[in-house]
Amino acid sequence: MRFDLDYAAEITPLLLRATITTFEATIGGMALGLIVGLLIAIVRFAAPPPIARLAGIYVEFVRSTPLLIQLFFLFYVLPRYGVSTTPLVTGILALGLHYSSYTAEVYRAGIRGVPTGQWEAAIALNFSPSRTWTRIILPQAIPPIIPPLGNYLVAMFKDTPLLATITVSELLGTALSEAGRTYRYFEPLTIVGLIFLLLSYPSAILIKRLERRLATEHCSVAGRGARVQG
Amino acid sequence: MPFDLLPPLLGGAVVTLALTFTSAGLALILALGAGLGRLSRWRAVRTVAAVYVEVFRGSSLLVQLFYFFFVLPLIGVRLPPFATGVLALSLNIGAYGSEIVRAAVQSVDPGQREAAIALNMPTGLALRRIILPQAFVAMLPPFGNLLVELLKSTSLVSLITLTELSFAGRQLVQQQGRVSEVYLLVLLLYLLMAYPLTRGMRLVERWMARRVGVGAGS
Repeated sequence: MRFDLDYAAEITPLLLRATITTFEATIGGMALGLIVGLLIAIVRFAAPPPIARLAGIYVEFVRSTPLLIQLFFLFYVLPRYGVSTTPLVTGILALGLHYSSYTAEVYRAGIRGVPTGQWEAAIALNFSPSRTWTRIILPQAIPPIIPPLGNYLVAMFKDTPLLATITVSELLGTALSEAGRTYRYFEPLTIVGLIFLLLSYPSAILIKRLERRLATEHCSVAGRGARVQG
Repeated sequence: MPFDLLPPLLGGAVVTLALTFTSAGLALILALGAGLGRLSRWRAVRTVAAVYVEVFRGSSLLVQLFYFFFVLPLIGVRLPPFATGVLALSLNIGAYGSEIVRAAVQSVDPGQREAAIALNMPTGLALRRIILPQAFVAMLPPFGNLLVELLKSTSLVSLITLTELSFAGRQLVQQQGRVSEVYLLVLLLYLLMAYPLTRGMRLVERWMARRVGVGAGS
């Protein structure tokens, strides 16, 4: 068996076009995951205990069960309740909801990291809860958690091939249907693997760099604070 | 409760657990090898370990699984689905685990290594008796998370025709319909397997921390 360069060159444009669908799924899923995760995190902090506990159970349940089954569940069960969407939308929904359970925990860590004095100051200044969250807490909670959220973005990108199982023609789905047509699996699958590697490895390095920069920035801010106090 | 659905699903769950534990064992060996390899004093070893880790962390598990399933037979390696699944899962999880090993070994107080050198301990012995036991305590909590990730990832092996829990669920759906019942049960069974794993790992963490005599953080 050898790698047929001509065949590889022939299918590369097709696969690059499929990468767009992969991006759509990733971006849509991440947008949903970021919003739902934030809502869950806020509910866990601010809602009455029974509702907060319910949100906690949701996070545990979604985190402990496979994305693949959640995907099948949404794909086959939603239409029974009259919700009919395209497979791509169902995929984005599954990715977003699955990752919301991870981002919720990240947000939680970020919110916990905001000093208690900030909450107390907001109360002292008679800020409304919504103003406290949007003006005081979240602007301080979110910047330090951008790197872990970035890691989940890359992880989600690598989970998009699962959407091939619900007939979305993303990278892997396109490669498999092409391979099924020609009975040649080596070239398409290798190219798909390479595309994933070429996209996710640099992103991971970027995130690591961002993480390091935020860490030093954080130290310098803390240092400045100490000096002001002194 | 749809009890008639349980027997086939439980049969699948047993295969899922077998897949999880076999892959976990292999992944642990790979993680230790690659994690220590990345800290090796020889450049060649470091490079090989880094390439392995970045390739398997950088591309998608499902792509790797299909790669092994479709491409290995082309080069004359014919493995049953279970072995293919174990191979892909352990290589993938092992790559993630190696980063945990590396971070944990680096987190051991440099004084410990220096003391071992001062006592004229051979490197291998120092690693075995001094560095790894302390690093292991730091590895356990992230390993616990990874084990649950592995359990969830075994569901992907259903796509290469292995009859584990997810595959059993899909078969039931094809035979009987009853989509919501079957998939809810499958999800619950995964939850039921993940929960004791998390709890069990907590116990092991506490036991190890006591044995080695260091707190998880120190």
